Amino acid sequence: MKNITIGQYYPTDSVIHRLDPRVKLFGTIVFLVSLFLTDHYLGYAVITVCLAAVLKLSKVPFKMLLKGLRGILILLLFSVVFNIFLVPGRELVHIWFLSITAEGIRRAIFLGIRLVYLVIGTSLMTLTTTPTDLADGLEKALRPLNKLHIPVHDITMMMSIALRFIPILMEETDKIMMAQKARGADFETGGLLKRAKALIPLFVPLFVSAIRRAIDLANAMETRCYQGGEGRTKMHPLCYQKRDKRTYCIYAGYLIAIFGINRILVAFQILPFLFA
Amino acid sequence: MAIELQHVSYTYSQDTVYEMHALEDVNLKIGDNECIGIIGHTGSGKSTLIQHMNGLVKATEGAILYNGKNIYDSDFALPSLRRRVGLVFQYPEYQLFESDVFSDVCFGPKNLGLSEDEIRARAKKALEQVGIPESLYDKSPFLLSGGQKRRVAIAGVLAMEPEILILDEPTAGLDPRGRDAILTLIRDLYEKRKITVIFVSHSMEDVARYVERLIVLDHGHVIYDDVPKAVFAHYKELEQIGLRAPQITYAIDRLQAYGLRTSQIVTTVAEAKNAVLEWFAQ
Repeated sequence: MKNITIGQYYPTDSVIHRLDPRVKLFGTIVFLVSLFLTDHYLGYAVITVCLAAVLKLSKVPFKMLLKGLRGILILLLFSVVFNIFLVPGRELVHIWFLSITAEGIRRAIFLGIRLVYLVIGTSLMTLTTTPTDLADGLEKALRPLNKLHIPVHDITMMMSIALRFIPILMEETDKIMMAQKARGADFETGGLLKRAKALIPLFVPLFVSAIRRAIDLANAMETRCYQGGEGRTKMHPLCYQKRDKRTYCIYAGYLIAIFGINRILVAFQILPFLFA
Repeated sequence: MAIELQHVSYTYSQDTVYEMHALEDVNLKIGDNECIGIIGHTGSGKSTLIQHMNGLVKATEGAILYNGKNIYDSDFALPSLRRRVGLVFQYPEYQLFESDVFSDVCFGPKNLGLSEDEIRARAKKALEQVGIPESLYDKSPFLLSGGQKRRVAIAGVLAMEPEILILDEPTAGLDPRGRDAILTLIRDLYEKRKITVIFVSHSMEDVARYVERLIVLDHGHVIYDDVPKAVFAHYKELEQIGLRAPQITYAIDRLQAYGLRTSQIVTTVAEAKNAVLEWFAQ
């Protein structure tokens, strides 16, 4: 439970923390696009350097990110192993009915890098942005969608409430778990069915409490005259600073570099040689 | 000697930015048939301390002995400790989950692997002890009043028949009648069933009236551990850590300016009444 880093905030003061949330959201998208556009080692080297630089600037300890990776370990293993064995191509090793191909290994390595960087990149955004800022940024960035009658404010409000409640519900789970353990409940031993049954004394109170909290929150919001996004003003309106504009320029440079490397490698037919 | 804490320290979120020392070098001996109160400012480590006593939380440093055996030894059976040391959490009504009151109270004894008859007998006894009438046995626990839910939840722990019962702020959020009922129940368990009862409280009046030994925590340290009267004699120091003496102590204190004399510090209304009557008689 404590290994989930997506949605967790790491409080410290860094250049990255101070950036406008919209800049970070956009940056994450740019980063994801670059990850999936790249298909060669040189490009990944550039991405790695950039990611390492951002990580260093954010002052988030690497250990925090590693914790987040633990959550996708199984998914990672599965996809890497499948790719190694199932991609057709030039055969390197043949064991019984399985064969390992050069293409398979390459594909597996790239997929592994993509998955790991994807988690690191998105975790980095949530670790450096408070949930409130994130929702604010999302709301402002998606405002044009209002024209299509998509209730942007309501959606972002729901999102920020959900994010806000993750730590509360986790604490609650911990508490209820301890209370039931004190009554002799056993969550750790037994077969699948027994363990699933053991969760009832945990889940029922948890749901009851989540619903109770939701009702309380709704009442609290209504007593403060909340009525959605219409005409609502902000205490801290988002406003681009000089550093935000500079960061956008860096994004442009980054994208050009990634595209450029891609084009050059293709144009000069270097790609095939690199993996020959 | 039932429970002994030796140099127990506990740190939350060790090695992160959220690191917090909840307990530091706590040494306590808790014997048989004691009635103990724990007081301390919010965040002083009271809840963390009592969660150590039945092994729910593992101390970062130090040892806890139950009847002389270290509970952190690999061959120590923690479930048997949890049976003997019953822990009632803050707002225990939030742990209710069964479809009716009676089955919820049965949950604890059922986990002990007792026979069906024994389970039912224990649940019935526990519910009687907390004063829940039989007409409520097959009601949903979620339909009861706050005070009734609290009592059902306490019955759930009592049904395990612990030798030591620990309660974390058992009277929080209850009306005066509900509070008195719970405190009387605690006192009864101590006097009639001869078990050790420990409870955390924010009410100086309650601890002055009901306990025989008072432990004061501040920032994870035990700063006083004595009979309530001796602890409340330090009320000036208590005020500095966000606590105080019972209100009646201050009232008697004021009256001393007018000539009231008491042989020892007054902490309960009954004592105050006697002191004032004596004063008038003179």
